Amino acid sequence: MSNLTNKKIPSGLDPWNTLRAHTDARIGLGRVGDGLPTERLLEFQMAHARARDSVHMAFEPNSVRNQLDGLDHAILDVHSAAPDRPTYLQRPDLGRSLDEDSVAALGKHAGDYDVAFILADGLSARATHDHAANTLKLILDHLGESWTVAPITLATQSRVGLGDEIGAALGAKLTVMLIGERPGLSSADSLGCYLTWGPRRGRSNADRNCVSNIRPAGLNPEKAAKKIAYLMVESRKMGLSGVALKDNSSNPELIEG
Amino acid sequence: MQTGAPFSFERFTFSDLKTLLAKASPLRSGDLLAGLAASSDEERVAARFALADVPLKRFLSEALVPYEDDDVTRMIIDDHDPDAFTPVSSMTVGDFRNWLLTDEATPEALKHLAPGLTPEMVAAVSKLMRNQDLIAVAKKCHVVTAFRNTIGLPGHLSVRLQPNHPTDDPAGVAASILDGLMHGSGDAVIGINPATDSPEAMIELLKLIDEVRERIDIPTQSCVLAHVTTAIDVMARNAPVDLVFQSIAGTQKANESFGINLAMLAEAEDAAKGLKRGTVGHNVMYFETGQGAALSADAHECIDQQTVEARAYAVARKYSPLLVNTVVGFIGPEYLFDGKQITRAGLEDHFCGKLLGVPMGCDVCYTNHAEADQDDMDNLLTLLGVAGCNFVIGVPGADDIMLNYQSTSFHDAMYLRSVLGLQPAPEFAAWLRKMEILDQHGRTRPQLDGQAAQNLLAWSGAA
Repeated sequence: MSNLTNKKIPSGLDPWNTLRAHTDARIGLGRVGDGLPTERLLEFQMAHARARDSVHMAFEPNSVRNQLDGLDHAILDVHSAAPDRPTYLQRPDLGRSLDEDSVAALGKHAGDYDVAFILADGLSARATHDHAANTLKLILDHLGESWTVAPITLATQSRVGLGDEIGAALGAKLTVMLIGERPGLSSADSLGCYLTWGPRRGRSNADRNCVSNIRPAGLNPEKAAKKIAYLMVESRKMGLSGVALKDNSSNPELIEG
Repeated sequence: MQTGAPFSFERFTFSDLKTLLAKASPLRSGDLLAGLAASSDEERVAARFALADVPLKRFLSEALVPYEDDDVTRMIIDDHDPDAFTPVSSMTVGDFRNWLLTDEATPEALKHLAPGLTPEMVAAVSKLMRNQDLIAVAKKCHVVTAFRNTIGLPGHLSVRLQPNHPTDDPAGVAASILDGLMHGSGDAVIGINPATDSPEAMIELLKLIDEVRERIDIPTQSCVLAHVTTAIDVMARNAPVDLVFQSIAGTQKANESFGINLAMLAEAEDAAKGLKRGTVGHNVMYFETGQGAALSADAHECIDQQTVEARAYAVARKYSPLLVNTVVGFIGPEYLFDGKQITRAGLEDHFCGKLLGVPMGCDVCYTNHAEADQDDMDNLLTLLGVAGCNFVIGVPGADDIMLNYQSTSFHDAMYLRSVLGLQPAPEFAAWLRKMEILDQHGRTRPQLDGQAAQNLLAWSGAA
């Protein structure tokens, strides 16, 4: 939005321009008759175009895999039961179920793990391409040696609930899913993180903890990783996640303790 | 209540009323998701033929959710007014459509009929209607309400000014309020969705709006759209509550998923009326609804999403609201896939609400994962203006930076008033003229360097 703030407002609305300092809302846009000035109209269309492109962009697991190069973990590709984007958008239930090949592939790696990390496209592949690998590496930096980590999965056409099937198939006590959020008009690259203790099919949102709006202009990946690592430690300590697990990560005493 | 005989048309049969309604409904993704939609276009039209022959009386004897299990059903049946129903009591659904379109169905006749109609009857007839029928009949239904101004008069269009901010920052909210007022928006309500649902946050925002309203004497009402229980709490602490808001749905289970029941709504209405803050009227409730809400809570009771939505208007009607709006494209493409489905749903919701006697407005909106854009919103907005919609939403630049969706803008409302010759609520229009925001032709052409504008800016400096 900063590019909007610096531009001169047409139609004699400049006296109101000072109000724009108080909010990112699209105020003081000027008007031509009852309509929007051309530049404002096109700015909106560009923001919408970017958001839509993020929703429809094909997920490229290999691009994420390349960014994870050097990590000492196996990396698996999985796919939900939604075969393509149009189906995915209309059938959230399919996006929460694994396809048959993925069930078989995960079965070969079943074990007893503390945590399974899942990097998923969700509603913005762009967010996952741009921020998921980096955020994961930062989380791993915060974790001690005491965590046994399952193979990392890269999930295509995935909803949040897919993590429950993945975590259960791998035998993980906790899942941490980094997934593209529904793009806002000014935040096409926003990543969300969902933590679920005891993943199994049928978990609800009340069973999860969420860290939202992870992107450089929102909650930056460094801060997000710290918050997520804190929640992971607390979740393992308490043996739960969801509404009973409070995020006190901004309390420095608790972090150091 | 008994389930009657099955329905049939040619080779198609439909086991009960609920199934028949679902199969007759125009195609939408939410009914596909729920597994309720017709399996072919032919089956859909066959269902409409069968539905056209169903007597309206059948809807009084065959409940879609059992009376014993659901308080919304009980309310619909117990509150039904048989005298008001008399003029149409011998009609089938098909006859009813024909009658609604005739000149016999005058605004006066429709007003008297409303308490005799159930949401299921209204949903049923909507499924036999083309978009133009939905518009033509809704235009004849005048539902007028009042608090500090009068909303829903023919030839008028009001706007909810929605100055949301991601952190409820008072200066940010105030800046959006001023922008909206200078564009002639805010006569329906100045209504904020709070980022935090707490009594303290609600009181702070209420005081902010109340201060500007009193300082520059704006004839409108305010609302902070927190949960009804939060509103009840702050009313007990003497906070300046004009309207109580709540999201509602068409089944008991869905309302429970919102953390509400009918008794809470009654309690809130009583408490808000008791504050006696209205000047020209005493409609104190504001409700939002939307197709797909019940299904997303897994509480749709296997009713199609349009019919269960109409049941929410029966809930709204009971509490004499000032404002009710469907948030028609908010829920996402798994319920309404594209601009065509959103448009149809918006017109259905407006029609069903109005025919039931509910003061319907519409949040014409979409999300970035739906197949829709601003052209679709322009179309629906214009159609609703023609249909006599009571109010629409005004968000700065159509971009709600808190809820992350696109609604209609202050500019959109100016456009609609201009092309259709619609006026703001009369009391508010008089204020806009005094503030040099409306010109002598009734157009929104604010004098930005005038004294009134300077007074507004001065207030914003203080906020």
